[in-house]
Parts: sequence; C-alpha cells; structure tokens
Amino acid sequence: MSVDASVRLPGMELKNPVMTASGTFGYGLEFARYGDLRSLGGIVAKGLSLKPRAGNPMPRIAETPCGMLNAIGLQNCGVEVFLRDKLPRLPYDETPIIANLYACDADEFAELAGVLSAAEGVAALEVNISCPNVKAGGIAFGQDPAMAGKLTEAVKKRAGDKPVWVKLSPNVTDIVAIARAAVLGGADALTCINTLTGMSVDIRTRKPRLANVIGGLSGPAIKPVALRCVWQVCRAVSAPVIAVGGISCAEDVLEFILVGAHAVQIGTANFMRPDMAFRIAERLPALMEELGIENLEEYRCSIQV
Amino acid sequence: MGNYDACRDVSILSVEPVGPEGAAKGCYMLTLANPGFSPAVAGQFVMVRPRAFQQNPVWPRPFSICRLTAEALTLFVQVCGRGTEILCRLVPGDTATVWGPLGQGFALEPEVPTVMLAGGVGIAPFVEYAAGHPSPEHLSLVFGHRLPLSCYPFDAFSGLKSAEAFQEKGPDDLAAFIAHLETTIAGHADGLVLACGPRPFLVTVARLARKYSVRAQVSLENRMACGVGGCLGCVEKNVLGSYVQTCTQGPVFWVEELALSEES
Repeated sequence: MSVDASVRLPGMELKNPVMTASGTFGYGLEFARYGDLRSLGGIVAKGLSLKPRAGNPMPRIAETPCGMLNAIGLQNCGVEVFLRDKLPRLPYDETPIIANLYACDADEFAELAGVLSAAEGVAALEVNISCPNVKAGGIAFGQDPAMAGKLTEAVKKRAGDKPVWVKLSPNVTDIVAIARAAVLGGADALTCINTLTGMSVDIRTRKPRLANVIGGLSGPAIKPVALRCVWQVCRAVSAPVIAVGGISCAEDVLEFILVGAHAVQIGTANFMRPDMAFRIAERLPALMEELGIENLEEYRCSIQV
Repeated sequence: MGNYDACRDVSILSVEPVGPEGAAKGCYMLTLANPGFSPAVAGQFVMVRPRAFQQNPVWPRPFSICRLTAEALTLFVQVCGRGTEILCRLVPGDTATVWGPLGQGFALEPEVPTVMLAGGVGIAPFVEYAAGHPSPEHLSLVFGHRLPLSCYPFDAFSGLKSAEAFQEKGPDDLAAFIAHLETTIAGHADGLVLACGPRPFLVTVARLARKYSVRAQVSLENRMACGVGGCLGCVEKNVLGSYVQTCTQGPVFWVEELALSEES
C-alpha cells in the first residue's frame, strides 16, 4: 500500500503534517545539522517582533515531571535581521516557512504583518496572542474573544495574500469562544495550543525556579490538555487546526489528526533530541501503512465517540 | 538525504566509579562508543540522553568532553539529581542519544604559560585539554574540591609542570583557596588562565583576572534544554547588556565579554 502523508492548508500544501513549533526550533538553521529541513512539512520560526527583544532575566527554564517551564520572554533578533540574515538561508522554496509574530498592541501587530507579508519566502503568518511570558500584549489578547477577533482582523487586513494563523492559549475558561472569534476575524487556521501557565519552586533556596516566577508549561505532560482543546476547537470551527502540545512520536501525530487536526507542530520534543521532528516525519508514513491509513484526510476526525 | 551524523544513538561501554570512594560519593566515568565525532576542541561539550529517560526527565544532560578517542567518548559524571542518577545506573549495552561536539572550547596557546583552574566537576574538560596540549611543561593545574581527591580524575595531570589540589572542608579552607587563586592569577600576567567549575568560583576567577589584567577564559555550566541554540534557556548577560547563548557562543567565554554575577 502506498500512503499519502501530504496535507493541504489554506494557501499551501505540506509534504507531511509535521512542522516545528515556534520557540523550539530556533530560526530553523540551528537544526540543519541534524536533518534535512526539506523533509519537514513546515518550519515555524522563533517568534518575531518589530525590533529585537532581549527577553527575560535568568533563570528562564526549569524541568518538571514529563515537561518543562519556560519564561524566555520572546528574545528574538527582530524582523529585519530575520528577513536579511535567516530567511534567505532556509529552503523556503521547498518547505513552507511560517513567521510567528509578537507585538505589544494591535497597530504594531498590523505593522509587523505588513512587513512579513511583503517578504518572499514567508508562507504564512502565525499570530501569537497567547504568550504567557510577556507583560504587554501576549496572553491578554488571547483571553478576550473581542480583542482576539479585532486583532486577527487587523493582522488579516495587512497580511495580503498570506494566510493568517492564530495561536490559541489554553489558559482560558472557554477556548472555543476565542477560536470562534479568531475565525470571525478572518483567521485562515488556528494553532492550538500554546503553553499552560505553571510554576516551580525550590524548597531549599525558597525561591521560584524561574526569575519570572511563572512560565509556560510544555512537553508530554500537557498532551492530554492539548488533545482536549484540539478536539473541542475542531468540532466548533471550520478553519483547519494545527495541533501542538506534547507531541513526541508519530503515534502522537495520528492522535491529534484523529480528533480533527490538519497538521501538527513538534515543540519541546525538539529538545529531547534535535533530530526528533525529522524522525517523526520519516516514521509517519510507515505507521500509516501499519494502520492501513492511505491518506490523512480520510483518517482525520474519524474518532468514534 | 544528506549525512547528518551529529546526533547518534550509541552504546554505553562502561560506567565505573572513580577511585575507591567514587561509588559512595556518586563520582563515575561514563564511557560511550564514539558517536563518530571528529576530534573536539577541549572545553566543548555533548548532550546525552539515555533511552532510560523515556519521557521523564525530558531534557538531555550537558557534559564537558572529558576524553575523546577514536573509539570512545568519556564523561565525568557526579550524581546531583535524577538525571545523573539514571545515567550512573546505566550498564554496558544500554543506549544513549548523544549530540555534539557543541559550543566553543578553550583557547590553546602552546608556548604561553597556561594555568587551569578547576572547581569540582569542572576538572572534566581539563583532562582532554591536558591530553592534547603539545607543551605540558607550560601547563599547570590548581584544583579546588570538596570530595576526597581520589573521586576525581586527578591522576590525568601527573605530566604537567605542576598540579595542586586543595580540599575544602570548612570556611577557612575556602578563604585559603581563594587567596591561592589570587596569587596564582596575579602570577600569570603574561599567561593564560582557564577556569571551569561552579558559578561562584568562576565569578571569583573573573574578578581576579580583571584585577590583575590577566587574559582568562571561563566555562559556564548554565542550565540547558537543547544544547544547539533552539531554546534560548541557557543565556548569559554580556558586558553590553545583551544575552549571549552559552550553548553556541560558549560555554567558554573570555571574561571581559561577560557581566558575570552570582545570580545564575
């Protein structure tokens, strides 16, 4: 049996559904030594702001059972350096490169979208309205349906023909309300989910393990939460959902596609081994064949509840 | 598909306690098959994640390369948490994923008098440094430690100009050691100082190197998730107030580059 692992998303076709998650794969180039970037379904680059950002004080990361906390604070080189020094070295002609955007207010988000939409080699814009580690902007946009909708609308107006994805936070009472608002605002796809807010403390030093005190929890520990969110959102909206949260093997990829996701992003698992995303992409067709899945569209959302 | 050999699954060849008290004190030499690495620069490091970690712990663990030969990669591991505990319980034939060599190593200036300042497990990269140094008569070691000396690979330094060890058993010992560091660094005005060890030790070395205008490098032991520049978790503040990545721009830095403080 020959299997087809390709996936269609608005404005692009992926050779497979395995992408990398923003903030866990650098700008892509850092991982080029560990696998062929062209073999991935897509690469979501480190979150970009208009100007370079220094990020949060140290310590920024802490290990937790089956997961980790981070409070990096969106350290990044800024959009200008990304477009000049990073993007041209990525295989954007063969693998979609998705720019993840962060800004402090709606105007800045729109300006950033304008700059990125004009860039050759950017396949889509992923709007980060859900970062738990920054004071201005970030999660505030992602917790209020009206704000999420308006922000999406503002970005969409400046995005030209580039698809706009909105990355949702699980740190809300009703993720479906935010998802609906983003789709009403014009989102072409939803990325689901960002990290859960968490905390870790040291009983000996009596200090929190992150300088920021709280941070974003990721890794296998959050997979059940991500799966639940993806399932709920997929049932509620017609826009494609890109799943992220604790995925660390090809079996996990199929779990998310089974509940309705079109594609996935590998995040913290990239830290478990730097060739993880490549290995998952390579393993997926063999697993599909084992399970008798000819194509992912047929398998998608076939969960029997 | 190209040849991507920087990350490999390799077999554990041996896990041996160091010296008669090594097992009791949690000091081991972990030897793995060489994953195919070319010669590394002393001070570079590897990330190691045994299959036994499964999903918990999530992160691999970074280790300085203690010794790299064509056949084997040897790491000095001191048990300090669950990850290192699992690593030291491995048996020959177990598998670990290893990637590297990573980061920037120590400067090598064969004709320049060079002193290696090591604190505790910070002795590890100097084993490789001493083994590869073409002029051991220009090389000396000052080693501060808490556990018995036999728990460390101190024998590796027998062929050098000098190798001194100072055990810290109380506050007076620490003060004496710092005084000796100051004398040593002050006496190396025309030389090169290299340091690896706990953060307070490195902060002291950096302060003294600045005080006596001695060229010095320090190797940081910042917490890392990926080791390859993907997570930005291991950063350190430089003198310009920016953050530099310990995994790719370090772990070895010239002291004048960093705004090194006690805070980690």
